Amino acid sequence: MTPLTPTCESDACAIIADAAARRMPLAVAGGGTKAGIGRPAQTEATLSSAALTGVTLYEPAELVIAALAGTPLSEVVRALADRGQQLPFEPADYRALLGSSGKPTIGAVAAANVSGPRRIMAGAARDSLIGVRFVNGRGEAVKSGGSVMKNVTGLDLVKLMAGSWGTLGFVTEVTFKVLPRPERSATLALAGLSDSRAVEALCAAVASPFEVTGAAHLPAALDGGEARTLIRIEGFSFSVDHRLGELKRLLAGYGPAEAIDGERAGALWAAVRDATLLAEPHDSAVWRVSTAPAKGPALMAQVARALQARWFYDWSGGLVWLATDPAGDAGAATIRGAVATQGGHATLVRAPAEVRAAVDVFEPQPAPLMRVTRDIKAAFDPAGVLNPGRMYAGV
Amino acid sequence: MSIAFPVPDQAILARREEILRGLAPLVAPEALIVTEDERRVFETDGLTAYRKLPLAVVLPSTTEEVAAVMRFCRENGVKVVPRGAGTSLSGGAIAQEDAIILGVAKMNRVLEVDFANRTARVQSGITNLAISQAVAHEGFFYAPDPSSQLACTIAGNIAMNSGGAHCLKYGVTTNNLLGVTMVLVDGTVVEIGGEHLDAPGYDLLGLVCGSEGQLGVVTEAVVRILRAAEGARPALMGFDAVEDAGACVAAIIGAGIIPVAMEYMDRPAIKICEAFAHAGYPLDVEAMLIIEVEGSDEECEDTLARIVEIAQPFRPKTLRVSQSEAESAAIWKGRKSAFGATGRISDYICMDGTIPTGRLPYVLKRIDEICKAEGLGVANVFHAGDGNLHPLILFDINKPGEMEKAEAAGEEILKLCVEVGGCLTGEHGVGIEKRDLMRCQFTEADLKQQMRVRGVFDPGWLMNPAKVFPLEGRVAA
Repeated sequence: MTPLTPTCESDACAIIADAAARRMPLAVAGGGTKAGIGRPAQTEATLSSAALTGVTLYEPAELVIAALAGTPLSEVVRALADRGQQLPFEPADYRALLGSSGKPTIGAVAAANVSGPRRIMAGAARDSLIGVRFVNGRGEAVKSGGSVMKNVTGLDLVKLMAGSWGTLGFVTEVTFKVLPRPERSATLALAGLSDSRAVEALCAAVASPFEVTGAAHLPAALDGGEARTLIRIEGFSFSVDHRLGELKRLLAGYGPAEAIDGERAGALWAAVRDATLLAEPHDSAVWRVSTAPAKGPALMAQVARALQARWFYDWSGGLVWLATDPAGDAGAATIRGAVATQGGHATLVRAPAEVRAAVDVFEPQPAPLMRVTRDIKAAFDPAGVLNPGRMYAGV
Repeated sequence: MSIAFPVPDQAILARREEILRGLAPLVAPEALIVTEDERRVFETDGLTAYRKLPLAVVLPSTTEEVAAVMRFCRENGVKVVPRGAGTSLSGGAIAQEDAIILGVAKMNRVLEVDFANRTARVQSGITNLAISQAVAHEGFFYAPDPSSQLACTIAGNIAMNSGGAHCLKYGVTTNNLLGVTMVLVDGTVVEIGGEHLDAPGYDLLGLVCGSEGQLGVVTEAVVRILRAAEGARPALMGFDAVEDAGACVAAIIGAGIIPVAMEYMDRPAIKICEAFAHAGYPLDVEAMLIIEVEGSDEECEDTLARIVEIAQPFRPKTLRVSQSEAESAAIWKGRKSAFGATGRISDYICMDGTIPTGRLPYVLKRIDEICKAEGLGVANVFHAGDGNLHPLILFDINKPGEMEKAEAAGEEILKLCVEVGGCLTGEHGVGIEKRDLMRCQFTEADLKQQMRVRGVFDPGWLMNPAKVFPLEGRVAA
């Protein structure tokens, strides 16, 4: 079916108001590259932001950029790069992981709160998102936040919209805080460490004064090669040199450290960011587990005792990407059991639709928070027409 | 006294004795404050022009006690005004006659520090500074640093999403908060977030932060602690024209440098602060910037050298890079004491709008005109990197009508901030102070959506109900 593609906010209001009146559930989409994430939803039409494009405001000196939701992420990234700036949270591109095509959009980056390795230092997409315009399930245009980076006026609905996967509103415009692109990026690589030693090294690096902006560990079992532990620093060249030296000294006990610069390091961090390290075999299920950094290895040891799995760590050990056999529950009971012991939560990012229909894709919540979740959904979308059931059944 | 309070519920006032009897068994005897003298202490906060005597004050010691008090209040239809240290400049913690004050100040312990995970779990009544002090021995600190950090609690910081002078680099409270234990209006205790970095479902933590005590009472928090930089050094620059100072800030950012702080003071503010702190501020300039950078000595020197070079085209009249710890401390003492130093010479109200930094020269000119039109003086201090203004409108409370004039000027200034694309409040919160201006910034649909979300947590408007949303046109769900 042809998607509904409003060309302006008031168009979107009319479409959603009509859908609400007829109780017609809509699939909310940007470029559709992440359509495979979430529970399969029963919808009758797709509402797409494809026709809402263009950067609407860019003030480099104020570190602010705004764009209509359907603007390709690449276009925003290019506009910023032209002025030596970037989105601080390093948005990921999941096309290779999910086997999808099309262009990721800036609106979906916000709606899915997609953040990469720099999240440990610069915050997530939700931390840089300072303003949003959206149409709620009643067909009303709503704004929250604005275009200034310090703003505590009223309830922070911006945060609610970030990571709500189109279930609370159809995002029409987003405003992000941006930062200068670093003059130089350098990566230290340690070799051959076990998961627990590696995460210890990463935590020590992140807890140093040397401003680490990437901390990942790729275990040997990931690709049969040698384990690599990666630590990234960025900034002015002079300062990067100083901090590289200091970090080498700090981590001397973890074996020799190799400094990697340039394209080779860039490719490694892109592979961590986009989780392409687990893209193949393409029929495996892929989980994303968020936990306290130092607890990552114990959590994975618990999982590995019960499951065949391959994994790697980002966020200093606090983010584990993990590939499992998609059969049965794709490892859900084991993984969620480990999460219950160690703290955190697990999301089933990639799995066949029938698995995603049977297994909770997003971590189930305790009853009082589930009640709040359902009521929040109703507060935005009382008729339940926006991506119903994508995150939780009945939400 | 132009800000209205809701008419107190006479039925609640009539049942006061019965309510006190119901509250008494829920907390320790000394934790229930009922005498008028003792309640007076809690009648206002940092917005001292407004005072309301609370029905009673309850100061629980545990989450369970908070839950019991909340359950009782819900069942008896008693309104609750949560309170940290009562330093709110927007009246966020001001009492109501028909509401109890629920203060968390007795719950002030550090529960757990985890340096490997860079987190601290604290009770919410702990002061902002005490968190940094508890982790300083390992070289760590808690980043958001509001000027009131010696007194203000993390509970209040969470309620207001407080900022500080260093948020250009480190963000505000919401960017440094990982989890909370919160008591909902019906007494249910929930854990939101934890030691991990992102939310499993909707970002309820982000919603709670900045919700001004309307969604529940936070009793514990997990905050991100950071390792301090190797060192920090400020530089001080004075300019003959406001425009030059503003353009200099833009040029520094344009060159890819994000100083950890960029503070702006105008001539009246410089004069007031210098008289108090003897920081060596230049008295012959129209605008002054304090720019601080972080790193090793060599890194600081390198970055400051770049900044000094960038500043040259803007003809700084004074340019001084701090040469010692003592000099750095003096430079900051002047800025951090701006509110206190102003209070020594005059009554004032402190505004807190944020503007796009490019509009700075225009906005400062208009602020001056607005205050002059009311016959009042104004001193400006603000965070230049993020556009968060703090005009201090000076008046004499003993002159009849002056405070009303100051409030009128403040209102004009906040409207101006919104008009140029900014917002009513950058870090102090709406409270009662900006409540009636919310419609300048938000449409009816914007506000209704916020109120519907509020209604998810507190459909009966029992939690801090005099604040944030205009009294007219409220919806529950």
